[in-house]
Amino acid sequence: MNRGRITRKSTKKLHRTSASPMREVWQHIRASKTALFGIGIILLFGFCALIHPLLMHTVWHPRLYDPVTGYDSFSSWYALGIYDAVHPAPPSWYWTPQFLSSWRTGQISLGECLAHIARHPLGTDPIGRDILSQLMYSTRAEFILGLLTAIITVSIGTIVGTAAAYYAGWVDTFFMRLADLLMLFPGIPFLIVLSAMMDLNLVNLAIVLGILSGFGSITIIIKAQALAVKSHAYVEAARLAGGSRLWVVRKHLIPHVLPLSFLYMLFTVTAAIGTEATLSFFGLLNVGCSWGLMIHTMSASGYLASSIRYWWLWLPAGLAITLFCAAFYLIGRSLEQVVHSQRQEG
Amino acid sequence: MLRYLGHRLLQILVLLFVFITLTYFILQAMPGDFTSIYASNPQMTPEMIANLQARFGLNESVWVQYVRFLRNIVTGDLGVSFSEYPRPVWDIIKERLPRTFVLFFSANIISFYIGFWLGKWSAWYKGRAADKVLVTGSISLITAFYPLVAFMALWVFSYHLGWLPLNNFVDPILWSNAPLSSMQVFGYIIYAAVVTTALLILVSLLLRKKGVAGAKSRWIPPIVLGLALLSAVALFQRSGLLIYVFDILYHLLLPLFVLTFIRIGSSLLLTRDAVLAVTQEDYVLAARARGLAPAVIRNRYLARNAIHPVVTSLALSLGESFSGGVVTETLFSWPGIGLTLLRASLGGDYPLAVGAFIITGIFLLLGHVAADIATACLDPRLRDSIGR
Repeated sequence: MNRGRITRKSTKKLHRTSASPMREVWQHIRASKTALFGIGIILLFGFCALIHPLLMHTVWHPRLYDPVTGYDSFSSWYALGIYDAVHPAPPSWYWTPQFLSSWRTGQISLGECLAHIARHPLGTDPIGRDILSQLMYSTRAEFILGLLTAIITVSIGTIVGTAAAYYAGWVDTFFMRLADLLMLFPGIPFLIVLSAMMDLNLVNLAIVLGILSGFGSITIIIKAQALAVKSHAYVEAARLAGGSRLWVVRKHLIPHVLPLSFLYMLFTVTAAIGTEATLSFFGLLNVGCSWGLMIHTMSASGYLASSIRYWWLWLPAGLAITLFCAAFYLIGRSLEQVVHSQRQEG
Repeated sequence: MLRYLGHRLLQILVLLFVFITLTYFILQAMPGDFTSIYASNPQMTPEMIANLQARFGLNESVWVQYVRFLRNIVTGDLGVSFSEYPRPVWDIIKERLPRTFVLFFSANIISFYIGFWLGKWSAWYKGRAADKVLVTGSISLITAFYPLVAFMALWVFSYHLGWLPLNNFVDPILWSNAPLSSMQVFGYIIYAAVVTTALLILVSLLLRKKGVAGAKSRWIPPIVLGLALLSAVALFQRSGLLIYVFDILYHLLLPLFVLTFIRIGSSLLLTRDAVLAVTQEDYVLAARARGLAPAVIRNRYLARNAIHPVVTSLALSLGESFSGGVVTETLFSWPGIGLTLLRASLGGDYPLAVGAFIITGIFLLLGHVAADIATACLDPRLRDSIGR
């Protein structure tokens, strides 16, 4: 800070940090190792989701690699003397010695040999679909579900919470009682009963989850924060200076509850993905492919008892769920402290 | 305090009413009624379906049906299950509720006890290696995909090692010529556990009131516990039920262990955060400045003041365990409320599914009341601020 001399740069920096609480949150993310680790995992999954359609259009033939309808008959391997490839097939690099010897005898070229080794890097499932393709394809669905739920939840929570804090009166009473009720609502049993009576797909699920959590606990938390902001003198000053109610809510209340909303958005993603995985694990959702469904396929086809031998049927999907949930949870947890310290400052 | 609790109780009753209403109208909003199952059945003529609808009052207006629904719930009539046909829903729920309750109650109590203890130490040694290990471990427990963890436990302990039973509530071969039904024996186990717990609480209250201090009084509760357990075993042995009691407990062990283990994570982190928040308080600084022993600061000043959010969360999760129990009960084939709900939903047994769902909701509300009572008992300061 140049020994306290106020340079142009430093005033700019000061101004910036005090202007937007969200910017402070971002700075904290950049400084925290756990948060960066979480972001790294999310980027990795994002990369998977993006590259899957590309692969499907270039190197992966849809008939073999489609995550829902694909099937590999392994007929091209018979010529190489590999007859023991049956579904669920282990990762194709299990047969690397055979491929290499075929290459040495000149039966196949080096490129073909490598292509055979990388044919099913994570094996196939009991009905002959490629696990890696399913894994990557599901990532997109999980992103859509998680983000959609989080956006619905947080928009409802932020708007209702700030409105309840600012307008008080019957608006406040009504939404707080509603939040009480929804906080107690048994979510997973409700979704199970619902799935028995209607077709639950990802969008439906995201809307139901978003409404249940958006009008629930998040409203209460955000209202408390908005009330703290409202009690500050500058809010009153803005009103006295002739700012309309909407202006005050938009310019003063919402920016200051935004970090808190963002924090709960992260936790909502974790919860939504967990719920989706649990429901599709029981086979209750109408989704083409998801991580929970992959494990469901395994248990429904009777591979549970020999799960260590058929590790590729559950380990990649289980790890993906855990890592994806952990990524959002880690960012959220590392942000919790900075947001709560902001909360105390108001 | 009584007035506050009465006020809360009234609020909860209103919430219960709204909950049941909401459930009813969400279900009502679904297209068709249960007679639509027969829509594609060629043996059912339209007249027969209309007759069926008239018998169940489905052709009347929504409001008449709603009033009837409310009246039935208030009088405890939840209808008749489709899948176990002549059995009333309430009878099935009555049989399965204790199983869920015992499993989750004990798992919650044990996991919160361990989590609180570990969380206290984790906060005390903040930043050291042990703390980092504990925090990383509990974060992985929270984010791990629970069904998978349960599977692995099942595979390792039941299938690979063969130490514990694979699933189910009892061993059917053993029970084929048992003198009593499993429900009755289970009831006796619950009686024994309740009496033992009550005895323990009584003894420790008496000890505290008499002010018996020192190393001697420390040994009295464990001795009482041992005696109570021994007498329970002797009683069961005399009536020839011991082997059946052990069979139930043997089947309880694995789900209890997995559930406890997975729940330690969240209670540990909760306690750790609460203790760390208390550490900032002035009275802790004052206690340090007075030169009190570290153990006294940790146990009397930090842990005791941090217990509040932990107990609230425990009470809430006790209520929640009835709803979160679906996964555990399905994986371990533990025939409780959760499994009943899932099976009924999958099998189209709507009366049973709705009944189980409403019971779940009622228990969640009761958990909320318990959390309120615990809060008011533990911290009188909070009574006013809760009023909102």
